[in-house]
Amino acid sequence: MAIDAATVRKVAHLARIKTPDDRLEPLAAELNGILSWIEQLAEVDVDGVEPMTSNVAQALRLREDAVTDGDKVTDIMANAPRSADGFFVVPKVVE
Amino acid sequence: MSDLTKLTLKAAVDGLKAKTFSSEEITRAFLTNIEAANPRLNAYVEVTGDKAIAMARASDARIASGTAGALEGAPLGIKDLFCTEGVQTTAGSNMLRGFVPPYESTVTANLWRDGAVMLGKLNMDEFAMGSSNETSAFGPVVNPWKSSGSNADLTPGGSSGGSASAVAADLCLAATASDTGGSIRQPAAFTGTVGIKPTYGRASRFGMVAFASSLDQAGPIAKNVEDAALLLQSMCSFDVKDSTSLDIPTPDWTQSVGQSVRGLRIGVPAEYVVDGMPAEIQALWDQGIAWLKDAGCEIVPISLPHTKYALPTYYIVAPAEASSNLARYDGMRFGHRATGTTSLTDLYESSRAEGFGAEVKRRLIIGAYVLSAGFYDAYYVKALKVRRRIAEDFDAVWDQVDAIVTPSTPSAAFALGDKQVDPLQMYLNDIFTVTANLAGLPGISVPAGLDSNGLPLGLQVIGKALDEATVFQVGAALEQAAGFTTKAERWW
Repeated sequence: MAIDAATVRKVAHLARIKTPDDRLEPLAAELNGILSWIEQLAEVDVDGVEPMTSNVAQALRLREDAVTDGDKVTDIMANAPRSADGFFVVPKVVE
Repeated sequence: MSDLTKLTLKAAVDGLKAKTFSSEEITRAFLTNIEAANPRLNAYVEVTGDKAIAMARASDARIASGTAGALEGAPLGIKDLFCTEGVQTTAGSNMLRGFVPPYESTVTANLWRDGAVMLGKLNMDEFAMGSSNETSAFGPVVNPWKSSGSNADLTPGGSSGGSASAVAADLCLAATASDTGGSIRQPAAFTGTVGIKPTYGRASRFGMVAFASSLDQAGPIAKNVEDAALLLQSMCSFDVKDSTSLDIPTPDWTQSVGQSVRGLRIGVPAEYVVDGMPAEIQALWDQGIAWLKDAGCEIVPISLPHTKYALPTYYIVAPAEASSNLARYDGMRFGHRATGTTSLTDLYESSRAEGFGAEVKRRLIIGAYVLSAGFYDAYYVKALKVRRRIAEDFDAVWDQVDAIVTPSTPSAAFALGDKQVDPLQMYLNDIFTVTANLAGLPGISVPAGLDSNGLPLGLQVIGKALDEATVFQVGAALEQAAGFTTKAERWW
């Protein structure tokens, strides 16, 4: 299934990456090259195979439901592009 | 005094403990080397000279008081994707330029616990996405090695190119690195150094800038196998801050170096003979097999039938995980924020467009595509199923063999700019290394010879999960047989 410029525009928006119009065609060509190479996976018989999501054959650990961290407002704000009074300052979201 | 920067990590640690020289002396020697070399090699993105001297003096005090740790006073380089408290950490990206972590990664915290000294942060492909270091926002690292008869700058490989170049050029005793598809082993092979990716879950991912979480593992690049063992055993630990960290003890892997390999069964996978593989790579592989046979190993031909599907699987799984992981870079809480935007969506899209480089954008868009409605099952779930087939290939041979030997890379180091045009050509660099990531297995690259242009080539040893001991044992046997002592001739 070939990707066209409109699909690239849609997916780039899903990925929240602004992509100028003159980049859509070249990106579509690159992605088609990569995806057509990936198509060879269709040859593999995976009937009855469970998807492999982890290399670690262990159940996730549980711990006591207790507060173990916190009181780090200064640390958390330290790299904020804009902040004030312990809050992140972001553009107006609701009109 | 002889040049301290040419010592191995082991010899340096021993010399420091014996007070033959001080940590401040060896640290200053490295800082002098870095100052001279870095304008040409571009291995370090930041040199933390004052911090290094302060850490070295503290080490000297601990040595004097008899409380020295396992790496006490040893100057190391740190790949710039390990968060270092109070020291800029960028992962090679403009997105994180100026980001100063308020916390320390577990891997680096373990090194400082053992007394190591940080010289600075090492250059890398942006978010570890690349095989040539050319995707770094700080410009490519240059390989200290040159092809005979040519003055062209060569890639040190990637993504841990800064780590590999720095170790090869004596700009640190050893370095931390990370490996998602081959990012430790390929640069090690390209620079005549040793690099190991341990079993997934051995090293904590806490504080390591994430690329693809089910594949990312930290490991060392070092001058020889023993040094790699020494550094890896300091880096690894159980960590409650990483949900996939394994709660098991870390062995003393230095004990495996030099042990006889007699009687070990070594697998040679037929599927690792690939189309267009240079004769020199095949010859090196044959040589490695012959060395192990001479050392008393039993050579066993094996089949890993799904090998050819490993790279396409990786280029679904890794971008999918990256597109999820890198969603955190939204310009709100940290990282680059665009100015002059007209809406919240515009702010997200502009910040990410400005902060990420071309290869990262390409992979994030692939990742979003294979995870999007209508394609999720056809691409992502399919890849996860093929991934299990690849892991099962290995499971099926471990009753016949104790370790597997393959070439590390399909070529020697290439010139900067050579493979930038076609992303697929670049991706093929990881053809021999990526299977170990998908299956979570340990893999080491050991320098084994030079090609006809005088460039280093590496052999890879893959082992069973958690059996780094055998990987080090076989790696050391190859190292001893190869007697690889050539260094890049200094031109920088």
